[in-house]
Amino acid sequence: MNLARRTLIGIPYLWLLLLFLVPFGIIFKISLSDYAVSIPPYTPTLDLSEGWQGIRGFFAALDWENYVFLTEDDLYWRAYLSSLKIAVISTFLTLLVGYPIAYGMAKAAPEWRPMLMMLVILPFWTSFLIRVYAWIGILSNEGYLNQLLLWTGIISDPLQIMNTPTAVYIGIVYTYLPFMILPIYATLERMDDSLLEAAEDLGCSRLSAFWIITLPLSRSGIIAGSFLVFIPALGEFVIPSLLGGSSTLMIGKVLWEEFFSNRDWPVASAVAIILLLILVIPIILFQKNQEKNQEADA
Amino acid sequence: MKPAAKPAEFAPWLDPNETPLIRFDGVTKRFGDFTAIDNIDLKIYRKEFYALLGPSGCGKTTLMRMLAGFETPTEGTITIGGQDMKGIPPNRREVNMMFQSYALFPHLTVWDNIAFGLKRSKMAKEEIPERVKEMLRLTRLEKFAKRKPHQISGGQRQRVALARSLAKAPKLLLLDEPLGALDAKLRQQTQFELMDIQEKTGTTFVIVTHDQEEAMTVASRVAVMDNGKVIQVDTPARIYETPNSVYVADFIGDVNLITGNATLKDEGLAALSWAEGQTEIIGTAGEGLSAGNATFVIRPEKVAISAERPEGMNNVVQGRIHDIAYLGNISTYHVALPDGTMMKAQAANNRRLSRRSFTWEDEVWLSWTDTAGLVLAG
Repeated sequence: MNLARRTLIGIPYLWLLLLFLVPFGIIFKISLSDYAVSIPPYTPTLDLSEGWQGIRGFFAALDWENYVFLTEDDLYWRAYLSSLKIAVISTFLTLLVGYPIAYGMAKAAPEWRPMLMMLVILPFWTSFLIRVYAWIGILSNEGYLNQLLLWTGIISDPLQIMNTPTAVYIGIVYTYLPFMILPIYATLERMDDSLLEAAEDLGCSRLSAFWIITLPLSRSGIIAGSFLVFIPALGEFVIPSLLGGSSTLMIGKVLWEEFFSNRDWPVASAVAIILLLILVIPIILFQKNQEKNQEADA
Repeated sequence: MKPAAKPAEFAPWLDPNETPLIRFDGVTKRFGDFTAIDNIDLKIYRKEFYALLGPSGCGKTTLMRMLAGFETPTEGTITIGGQDMKGIPPNRREVNMMFQSYALFPHLTVWDNIAFGLKRSKMAKEEIPERVKEMLRLTRLEKFAKRKPHQISGGQRQRVALARSLAKAPKLLLLDEPLGALDAKLRQQTQFELMDIQEKTGTTFVIVTHDQEEAMTVASRVAVMDNGKVIQVDTPARIYETPNSVYVADFIGDVNLITGNATLKDEGLAALSWAEGQTEIIGTAGEGLSAGNATFVIRPEKVAISAERPEGMNNVVQGRIHDIAYLGNISTYHVALPDGTMMKAQAANNRRLSRRSFTWEDEVWLSWTDTAGLVLAG
């Protein structure tokens, strides 16, 4: 292998090393440290002026204390579990909403498709934060939704949606919907329509052709979309903070509070490391799915 | 090219007592203001291998899709086995189709692809494996039953598609450009396999193709289509030998066309005056020919080429060799006549190339018999 090729392959690895592995190492180290009232707010810090002795002392001071603490206070594992539950349910809801949209897009006349695609992507042109704030205006007790429902007479008292898990689900489904739609649309769009005709020709009704042919063939898109929603939803912080109020427990929020309210960086780091470990599993599964698709395409 | 083993000539279309399996009566199909099929009447008989031949956009695929039930006629009726097909969806027709793209289900194995239609039929569950096995044997795919479509070759995929469409033993099998994706050699081999399978199963086949050689090879009858109309329906030999129009003559095979003015003669012959100072061409009069504008059509292989003026022939012209297309077994000579008309003559290369009798710029004589060519109206 010549130098140019090595360099070319080396650049992304260098990128990963600098922007992923090194920060990970730092966070991991902080998670093994102890809380201290200082700048930075933890000990020990590596002091090379004491030479070999200093390095040994540095490593001796690191321990798993913070991880043990996480298992002792039930706030943390409840937050993890609650996050998992919210992420799973909202992924499922996003799939329910997203699949018909993707299907409709793929079945639309070809000249309409770029426009529909545009409409799906369009919200990304506005700040995510502003869009979540906008939902407060819609969902709050005096919000547009309640006003509409009161005006039509469907309800007589405003619904309490804000600061409930429902608001969080609405927020997550709304925000991550494009991540579900686009991969599903991609698989449906490249599906050969003659497959459905063949199924019909061989005795399937249209409905059963959907279950036997369309759905299995869009599986890879469903899996990809689900992971693309599940992974960020699990660590989501902004949506539960703004829409979920104090009643919604999510690990992203706990993490933020440990870092910025408590200023307990070591515990916050430990929370982050555990969250990462939980996420590694779906990420690996996602990669496996992608690899399998590429093989099938080849 | 028809199998010689057939005891009697297979020609149900000549028997007035025979009822056709498929009837098109005044069928028209319009997409918006575009008329894809224009008032077509057709009769296709049981066990026929019927080819719909025409250039792309002539309506042959639409015609087939109406048989399968994917399109409904705008006007007219289609009956299959005496039953009006109006309003009957594809999944309730005893018609199966082999798609141009094969449309194999990529997530199912070869076995499951073939069993797909059977599982949705009334066939008892225990009988399905037996039938699938039979189909695998028929198409020589036993070894590939467990593979997925992307794990087999193009030719094997084509056979899976055929096996799948034959599995339900349909009354009628539709083949949409079935061999288009195969290379020339495999295509030829598969054509004979198709004929073989058609004969073994006794199924009526309707094949759509734009490849005239393919249509000629496999079909019992060929319907030549153009612009949504059927121009001629006949056996391959008759389509080739006695085309009813210049369009058909030109579409099928290689042909020389000479336009001129026709006069009718005795014994079914006609004469064509075609150029100043040239003797008239004598040819067989086409059906319905009347005096006036006409075209003389003759196949290159029916035109003889010689260095000396042949004796005792009516149709003799002199020209100079302009070009030679060497095709291995035969050569096509492009001969320029004095008035500039180019005429093709074919001769078998039964000598080695180095001893070929004619070469570029040679003065040669072209001749043909009185009945070799046709004089067609228009």
